Amino acid sequence: MSLGNIFDIAGSGMTAQSLRLNTTASNIANAETASSSTEDTYRARKPVFAAIQQSMLNPDQQGFGAAKGEGPGAGVRVEGIVESDAELQMRYEPAHPAANEDGYVYYPNVNVVEEMADMMSSSRSFQMNVDIMNATKSMMQRVLTLGQQ
Amino acid sequence: MAISFDNALGIHEHALQARVQRAEVLANNLANADTPGYKARDIDFQAMMQKAQNSVSGFNMSATHSGHMDTSSPGADGELLYRTPNQPSIDGNTVEAQGEQTRFMRNAMDYQASFEFLSSKFAGLKKAIKGE
Repeated sequence: MSLGNIFDIAGSGMTAQSLRLNTTASNIANAETASSSTEDTYRARKPVFAAIQQSMLNPDQQGFGAAKGEGPGAGVRVEGIVESDAELQMRYEPAHPAANEDGYVYYPNVNVVEEMADMMSSSRSFQMNVDIMNATKSMMQRVLTLGQQ
Repeated sequence: MAISFDNALGIHEHALQARVQRAEVLANNLANADTPGYKARDIDFQAMMQKAQNSVSGFNMSATHSGHMDTSSPGADGELLYRTPNQPSIDGNTVEAQGEQTRFMRNAMDYQASFEFLSSKFAGLKKAIKGE
């Protein structure tokens, strides 16, 4: 238990949010990637977040909250990335080089508006974690000056 | 006569400790602002201070019998309590990022205040030692 833990917590938040931003970028970049079969078509990817409990990292920890088996928590982790199972878009484009024998191509199930909202949310959350880190840094720097005046 | 740091520094040492704990809990809330099902936590700073104050001043209610009830308020040992959300989101997350950030900044300011008190205690001790 110390101020140093906050760096780990905010760092885990930044890692998770940048991964979320990464999936959003990948989704938007592939929003118009057409394919001739449903299997080959790109599907929107979403990260799944989960909280890390301190007891998971260090089962025999001592101190704050340890007696009840609950620490203050140790940040967030990405449990995995799931592909959206929303319906793919089927468009009739016989002139398309990837069109199947009926003249249809499949487009990914990426909702660009949703992705943009996701992007804003994740960049805001990222900034918030950066703010936390800066505030903690100034708190720690103050501690170093204890008794210096 | 030896100087007892516990007596000299008083409550501020405990306050600083509690502020660090609270900063950690609030930072964790903010890191999990987008985690589905995460419940925002906090510690009861006032109850913790009350307990620390009692132990510093020595006016603690003593329990001499196993039947004596604990008179300290819940949360006095720094255990984590759950926050009551104003507006829980549909995925079960109860972190309200703006509120948490405000609390974190406020906590950081209070930490600085506690730190100033502690610092001036040290300055006073130094002055006493030098005897100028």
